[in-house]
Amino acid sequence: MTRMKPVDVVIVGFGWTGAIMAMELADAGINILALERGDYRDTSPDFAYPRSADELAYGIRGNLFQPLARETITIRHTLDETAVPYRQYGSFLFGNHVGGAGIHWNGQHYRPSPEDLEFESHITQRYGKKFMPEDMQIQDYGVSYDELEPFFDQFEYVCGTSGRAGNLNGEIKDGGNPFEGPRKREYPNPPVADNYAAKLFADAARALGHKPFPQPSSNASRPYTNSYGARLGPCNLCGYCERFGCYMYSKASPQTTILPVLMRRPNFELRTNSHVTRVNLDNTGKRATGVTYIDAKGQQVEQPADLVIVAAFQMHNVRLMLMSGIGKPYDPKTGTGVIGKNYAYQMMSTIGLFYDQDVAINPFASAGSGGNQIIDDFNSDHFDHGPYGFVGGGYILGGQTGGRPIQQLSLPPGTPAWGEKWKRAAKDSYLHTTGLQTHGSVMSYRDRYLDLDPTYKDSFGLPLLRMTFDWHDNEYKMTRFLTDRAQEIADQMKPRQSAQTVRKPGDHYDTRQYQTTHTTGGVIQGKDPNTSALNNFQQSWDVHNVFVTGASAFPQNIGYNPTGLIGGLTYRSVKAIRETYLKNPGPLVQV
Amino acid sequence: MNALAHRRRSGGGALLRIVLWLVVLVVIAWLATLALGRGGGDAAAILPMPTDAQAKQGEYLARLGDCAACHTAPGGKPFAGGLPIASPIGTIFSTNITPDPKTGIGNYTYGQFERAVRRGIKPSGQSMYPAMPFPSFSRVSDQDIQALYVYFMRGVAPVQQENLRNRIHWPLSMRWPLTYWRWLFAPKVEPMQVAMSQHPVLARGEYLVEGLGHCGACHTPRAFTLQERSLGNSPLFLSGGESDNWVAPSLRGEPASGLGSVSDAELVTVLKSGRSERSAIFGSMYDVVEHSTQFMSDDDLTAVATFLKSLTPSRQETPITYDQATRDALFAGKLSAPGAQLYIDNCATCHRTDGHGYGYVFPALAGNPILNSDDPRSVIRLVLHGFTMPSGRNAPSQFSMPAFRDRLTDHEVAEILTFVRSSWGNRGGAVNAELVAHMRELPPGGEPMMTGYDPRANRPAGAPAAQQ
Repeated sequence: MTRMKPVDVVIVGFGWTGAIMAMELADAGINILALERGDYRDTSPDFAYPRSADELAYGIRGNLFQPLARETITIRHTLDETAVPYRQYGSFLFGNHVGGAGIHWNGQHYRPSPEDLEFESHITQRYGKKFMPEDMQIQDYGVSYDELEPFFDQFEYVCGTSGRAGNLNGEIKDGGNPFEGPRKREYPNPPVADNYAAKLFADAARALGHKPFPQPSSNASRPYTNSYGARLGPCNLCGYCERFGCYMYSKASPQTTILPVLMRRPNFELRTNSHVTRVNLDNTGKRATGVTYIDAKGQQVEQPADLVIVAAFQMHNVRLMLMSGIGKPYDPKTGTGVIGKNYAYQMMSTIGLFYDQDVAINPFASAGSGGNQIIDDFNSDHFDHGPYGFVGGGYILGGQTGGRPIQQLSLPPGTPAWGEKWKRAAKDSYLHTTGLQTHGSVMSYRDRYLDLDPTYKDSFGLPLLRMTFDWHDNEYKMTRFLTDRAQEIADQMKPRQSAQTVRKPGDHYDTRQYQTTHTTGGVIQGKDPNTSALNNFQQSWDVHNVFVTGASAFPQNIGYNPTGLIGGLTYRSVKAIRETYLKNPGPLVQV
Repeated sequence: MNALAHRRRSGGGALLRIVLWLVVLVVIAWLATLALGRGGGDAAAILPMPTDAQAKQGEYLARLGDCAACHTAPGGKPFAGGLPIASPIGTIFSTNITPDPKTGIGNYTYGQFERAVRRGIKPSGQSMYPAMPFPSFSRVSDQDIQALYVYFMRGVAPVQQENLRNRIHWPLSMRWPLTYWRWLFAPKVEPMQVAMSQHPVLARGEYLVEGLGHCGACHTPRAFTLQERSLGNSPLFLSGGESDNWVAPSLRGEPASGLGSVSDAELVTVLKSGRSERSAIFGSMYDVVEHSTQFMSDDDLTAVATFLKSLTPSRQETPITYDQATRDALFAGKLSAPGAQLYIDNCATCHRTDGHGYGYVFPALAGNPILNSDDPRSVIRLVLHGFTMPSGRNAPSQFSMPAFRDRLTDHEVAEILTFVRSSWGNRGGAVNAELVAHMRELPPGGEPMMTGYDPRANRPAGAPAAQQ
């Protein structure tokens, strides 16, 4: 095995959180090495127009995603089933190459509600412990909204997020989200202009007494120079956002916001085609000595480092911790152990709205997130859950993110799947159709977790990660409630016809269905080493020179898209590393 | 048959006499370069007591002179040479100017350094190819040459790297005729004359532009014998030239095709950041911004802008006035004008229907001097092969124009450019498809990359590209 020259910090995975960590630590003057399993990639030439707007290549064949033939995960619904591999992308998407999923996201950029971060305490206090089902095991993050606010702000000003504040220093502002936590200042950019369907939605929602507002979006509404000096182009609403690279330089990604500055730093090095398989520990098991990776030639390489940041995709973080033997693996029978614990997902429903020829909607003129309208009235704990008997909620979105022919063609119910009638329906409805989405939270439960698969291995012969997951009653109730509210708005929008897709009791988790890609948990943060893997600075309780970033830290899933929270947690964590940990390496939280 | 043979014999006799005479003349000419070719300066001169301040100043001056752009190969060590430079007589490779004693200039005396930089004479006495802009550098002051010497001897890391042989065929590979070129076209080394009446900022600007900046190397037209047709003080100076198949625009005050419509402040911004509210740097100027002008002090940038803005137009032009008609037609979906539909489909996303682009991101087309010059070759090349703007001071992001060569035919490129050069008040005029076909044959610049930091940009040819 080759042994490389030691570095101060090694970062595993070079997506959003890896880039943030590297950028913020580069200023501390230490040597930083990022290891990325994929190759380098940038706006030009990789996302250049018109090749980037190729739905078959990117939307269907997943050219930006990790090849599942080389590594995937296995999935089962219950503890007594045998898991089988996820062989075709549907329910979630693994980013690959530099930038990771930060390339193919939509730019939906939310902060969590303040109560989301102290969810167990909040629910217990307001509704009592009995309100939650016995096997639900939601937890607090160990950090409050107020503590995170400066870091949410920092990330938004890096991304050039477009939106309108609804709560400025406690003052509720018209046209923003009145349910959000207080912001210290306005968004860096004004909202992207509404698409027509979003306007119809907002009018209807307002008529019903709801509070619509523009979806906060990291699709820049105008050219913007961020806090690092990197400049973003303006979004042109091309409709090729999610699953695609952005050729306009307007969707925030590590490439558009951080790399132009970071890549030139002499104390930063990026090694691509470097697939980390293990975090190495010394003989006490309490201290990491670096990582082992497999390089482009298939050789094993040892990379010593004083500090290890595990910044890969959520599931890969969990797998790497399990393969490295850091933290006690979770046991669903006893509910003890921490690594793999509290895997969660999200639950969506959709309502297709079909209008007659007199309502013109151009679905192709859309952005991944900019230009849509939201109501947040039924998310988090923004309403009294008492009468409804469930925990959590979600936002309802009006508008559309594109009009791509293969994946975004919405046809009235009863249309045949092919043939002349299908063609006629596609032609008749393309310019007169829109939709509503509900984007709901999923709680964590004792029997929903991740571990190493006993059977299946990846192309290197290492065990795959195994997911055990299915819906619980709480989520069926949540989505029914949210979909009913959405239907009221849909009816108010007065379409000729509408069609619901909603998950009902008895429907199992189906990996073929795309809804959200937001998978969370497995290396959760919290207040107590017995119930969480990380402290509130995302530092391993067990090995203090290992930090684990990203959505693997979420103790349960929120009703929002996760990136804003991920960015905020990462900025807070790296500040603590820079200002406290580097000077005095050791646990940042004492218990 | 006989007649022919006779003629050949008698012709052969006359030819032989002519050839003999020519040989004698050439030998005399060659001997003359040996006898008279010293070229001034004192090769034995040494520089006593170099200081750190000189080394620091020299580093700044080396940036002003953009020495690194030519003397560093892509992916190579700084100043170790090896960059191929295409010339009409063949390929010249830049040399190693690190202080390595064996392969670089480590053994140069100050005098040898001075003679090389300001006079184009190697220590061997041979003349340099004028790819080295010594005619411009002849203006550089003793003080600055001394600082440069100190920097190259003390501030640059020595790199042992043999120089590459130039790819020039005999007889053009003979060096001694270059001595005549030098005698004919290179100015005497003498301190620049600054008139008492001249403003110091203007004088500084002139010194920088005509001297180390060697702006004329690309922006002044060249004669058949390849010398710049003016090194200053003439309306030909900086009136537009070309370099490496890019058209270098006039830097004089023409209101449409020169700098007449560009303010001093915008000029400073462009040199500093590689872009401005309405324009962006492309072509050979990429290296100039990346390696040179972004490092210039604000005072020096202001001086350069002040001097350039003082240059009178070399030809009569009326200013461009913005014309709403194109914008109104495109906005209303009226696309009957030739090229309008193609413009909407390929260009308008970034450059917009009003032709104004987006500030500091996508350059404006309306009123852009590049689109109002007679020679459209640069813009044809940009459309066919794309380009990435350099990074600059306070401007780390690099924006690329994609290559359209695989998407657009020669005729379509001509139609789009004719449209763009005639819209929003532009008066550049028509572009013909034959010229596009010719430009298409030139070696493309590959795929435009963020070359300032994309690690793939410096990968050797044939290395694996991104896995898809």
